[in-house]
Amino acid sequence: MSAISETPTVGLTHAGSEDTGLGHRGPESKSIVVPYGFWLFVLSDMILFSALFATYASLVHATDGGPTTNQLFDRSLVAIETIALLVSSFVCGLAMIAAKRGNMLWTQGWLLVTGLLGFVFLSIELYEFASMIGEGAGPQRSAFLSAFFTLVGCHGAHVTAGLLWIGTMMAQIWAKGFRPHIMRRLLCLSVFWHALDIIWVAIFTIVYLIGTLP
Amino acid sequence: MTEREPEALNVAPGAPHDSMISETMAYVIGLGLALILTGISFWAASTSSLWGPGVAVGLVVLAIAQMGVHLVFFLHITSGPDNTNNVLALAFGVLIVFLVMVGTIWIMAHMNANMGVSPELMNLQMQH
Repeated sequence: MSAISETPTVGLTHAGSEDTGLGHRGPESKSIVVPYGFWLFVLSDMILFSALFATYASLVHATDGGPTTNQLFDRSLVAIETIALLVSSFVCGLAMIAAKRGNMLWTQGWLLVTGLLGFVFLSIELYEFASMIGEGAGPQRSAFLSAFFTLVGCHGAHVTAGLLWIGTMMAQIWAKGFRPHIMRRLLCLSVFWHALDIIWVAIFTIVYLIGTLP
Repeated sequence: MTEREPEALNVAPGAPHDSMISETMAYVIGLGLALILTGISFWAASTSSLWGPGVAVGLVVLAIAQMGVHLVFFLHITSGPDNTNNVLALAFGVLIVFLVMVGTIWIMAHMNANMGVSPELMNLQMQH
């Protein structure tokens, strides 16, 4: 025991043979720490969505005599939305590849395509919301519709924020070039955009596909 | 244990690979798999050739598979030693998401079932 207590390390490490994980090398560089912190934010955002999903699942049959999921949802529109967001996520990856190589033209081009596809997604969603509200199926109609607009609207709000972020990043890359702090922001943006697509997978499955099963 | 470069100990989530070809291939494979899984989901939801009650469960499984594809091929979450921190954070997130969703749905379904037993009791409660 005395031999162990003399070593300055704590925990399960063998004295000095490898990295103790206790920071004797100092903290990781910003290029690791910043995206990791953002990853934690994205995961906590998914926990927020899980609460909205749980609310929706609890209230989906509470229609108060109003329209039900089968009467409201249009699968072909959802299919277009899904493809648009998926391809947008893919193109965002291509933008990251171009950005890593410092290629201004391709980075800006792919980011523009990413944003345009996100805009297509958002337009279809807003069209769907507007036509539902026009039919009298607004969020105040029933508990089910309140939960629906909260869940899908929250995702739409995230996509809107992502679009603004894409525009901001395009301007920053154009004005400042591929500096390290700009690249960190770009990496965070790509993590955010991919995460939105993951949440959309859950939405189109649980809300739209399972909601319109015969 | 060989000495590794400090930057090899951890990578950021979503960080690109070194080789442009392998990196592009990862995104192309991810897109292909996601498209296939999405296609199967929409097909399974519309066809009448599958056993009805099992379709919803199958759709959830397909969705979870597609989320996995996104995590691996788009966000580059791997089982490598440089990814341990990212995977641990993800595992904790998944745990909480699972607890919140399953716990809520379980409890609320039971409460619903208990509330629905007698309409007279419901009316009595409403009057208070």
